Amino acid sequence: MTNHAHRAARFLKNEERAAWHDKTLWMVRKKRDLMALDVPDWEELREQASQIKRHSLSKLDDYLVQFEEHAINNGAQVHWASTAGKLNEIVYQIIKENNASRIVKSKSMLTEECGLNPFLEKRGIEIIDTDLGERIIQLKREPPSHIVMPAIHIKKEEISELFHRELNSEEGNTDPTYLAATARLHLRQKFIEAEVAITGVNFAVAENGAVVVCTNEGNADMGVHAAPIQIHCMGIEKVIPRLSDLAVFTRLLARSATGQPITTYTSHYLNPKPGGQMHIIIVDNGRSELIGKEDYRDSLKCIRCGACMNTCPVYRRSGGHSYHYVIPGPIGSILAPHSNSKEYEDLPFASSLCGSCSDVCPVKIDIHGQLYRWRQDLSQQGARSPIKKGIMKVSGKILASDKMYDWSGKVARWCIKYLPRVLIYNRLNTWGRERELPEVPRESFKEWYNKNFREGDKNGQK
Amino acid sequence: MQIGLFIPCYIDQFYPKVGIATMELLEKLGLDVYYPSEQTCCGQPLANSGAEDEAIKTYNNFVRIFSKFDYIVSPSGSCVYHVRENYNILPQTDEVRKVRQNTFELCEFIVDILKTDDLKIDFPHKVGVHQSCHGLRGLKLATPSELIVEHYSKVHRLLKKAKGIEIINLDREDECCGFGGTFSIFQPDISVKMGKDRLDDHRRNGAEVITATDMSCLMHLEGIARRQNREVRFLHIAEILNSNRL
Repeated sequence: MTNHAHRAARFLKNEERAAWHDKTLWMVRKKRDLMALDVPDWEELREQASQIKRHSLSKLDDYLVQFEEHAINNGAQVHWASTAGKLNEIVYQIIKENNASRIVKSKSMLTEECGLNPFLEKRGIEIIDTDLGERIIQLKREPPSHIVMPAIHIKKEEISELFHRELNSEEGNTDPTYLAATARLHLRQKFIEAEVAITGVNFAVAENGAVVVCTNEGNADMGVHAAPIQIHCMGIEKVIPRLSDLAVFTRLLARSATGQPITTYTSHYLNPKPGGQMHIIIVDNGRSELIGKEDYRDSLKCIRCGACMNTCPVYRRSGGHSYHYVIPGPIGSILAPHSNSKEYEDLPFASSLCGSCSDVCPVKIDIHGQLYRWRQDLSQQGARSPIKKGIMKVSGKILASDKMYDWSGKVARWCIKYLPRVLIYNRLNTWGRERELPEVPRESFKEWYNKNFREGDKNGQK
Repeated sequence: MQIGLFIPCYIDQFYPKVGIATMELLEKLGLDVYYPSEQTCCGQPLANSGAEDEAIKTYNNFVRIFSKFDYIVSPSGSCVYHVRENYNILPQTDEVRKVRQNTFELCEFIVDILKTDDLKIDFPHKVGVHQSCHGLRGLKLATPSELIVEHYSKVHRLLKKAKGIEIINLDREDECCGFGGTFSIFQPDISVKMGKDRLDDHRRNGAEVITATDMSCLMHLEGIARRQNREVRFLHIAEILNSNRL
């Protein structure tokens, strides 16, 4: 059995919790539907967003240079990082040069991807995640299970316990308002003390050099406004040509992500504050290589809304951690094997290929098409176990020959019908653990047909 | 107009009644139906598992056997989708193109090609329609719930004409049942959980009969229901459409 399958099985052991997880995320999907319904030209908007992203990716070199030029003119310092390690080094250098040690960070999947937190912590630097969900999992020492709602797998009772232990909140108080207030008080102190504020970037606008950050909690702004030094980390794929393009995405992003018309805050950061510093780090980390892969390039259109997770019937029932990659769910399953095809070879198989992900995707990534393609490519690269390889080879031979097919079908039907039940429903029969096999008919369709129609009559030999 | 009847492997082996219903229905509709008996499978089980390379021979056989027909009709949205979509890796000869263009799922063939929807059926039952994903999103037999476009459903259009039928509303109108081909074998826990949830939805809303364009989804759901000793009937859409007075 594959890795994801194991973890999913473990997640499902607690049926009640799995059902709660499924229901919670399904509610988010329903909210998204209602919000999308409110936009009469929703499907056109998706098409437009897809085309803007495609266009931007096809001229990334131009737009990135344009963006850099404008950003520098605005007073920002622009750094280029080819790898995760380079990003971490650059951030560390900025912190060291300014003798800083207290850092706040708002949500950024990129820094999660690059492992910035553990890198800085190892060097004795305190880095506090300020998004409520992120802070919860940071205190719990867990990775995020969702890219928009990182602590969606945790119940309020557990948060109450955690906050009681870590933040000295009242024992047993599970009131969400109280818990949020506790976190707010705790974080307020961190904001005031912070010397450096790090943010992710949702969009980078080439025509004016702005980085745009969307949050609901205003935590990016709290950090950036309070700390003298601000650092914005962005992947190269975040650049879009114009502000008018941004409007297309802000209409789609929050509706797709959480079923809100727009995020509470959509902040455009242009200049450093007087006497302060503004750094923008542009990260590649495998992305330009991905642009070179025609079958998979479109995955870079992703705006990290998480809608594919909320709609995915597998994700909802297996939890984000079952994907064991920084980005879970359908989009993670097509990005992960690109970063490490051996380690994540199970993920493209963690899908029933129902295709719902591609239909909710606001930038129209053919996610399930890419999952299918990855299955082929990974198998070619040797991801197939020797047993599976053997099975596939034999099955290929059988299905390519009508005589072998007819004979094998007959044998299979005979076995199911006449072998003792314990033999058929053995440990290796994963179908039969919780499902009956179909009842065996008297004859196959082909046998029925050949019996009832004369040879040369209706046998297709025209 | 000569119709090549494609009966997918698992229907051939386990559900001959579905093949018979399909054939009878097409003949009642006045069509000239041929069943080439050297057929086997569309190759999807291999490709679905990532072994497209091992499936090429099966693809080629399919094309060779079926390219002589005007239309190829099959009681399976998933297999039809596979032929139409994933035979794109073959060199696109005239035969391959013809087969990809002319292979139809039964319901869409009746609605789109025969341009009829009243099959004069009596079916006085409460029916839950399971919308199989490949038919729904791949062949666009209906509008998936994610898309914000005007709603239609070819399957519902055919069923609604049945006298006495009551099509139930589901809480989740088109969630996947979890079959997913070899997914059902390699990810059994998730697959079964998805199936159980689907069955619960149908039961909660009072389905006496659960139907679908794909017997594979029903095989999976029926397998779970039988293990749980549940009282619900599973009928392929062809069996309902063939219960007519044409």
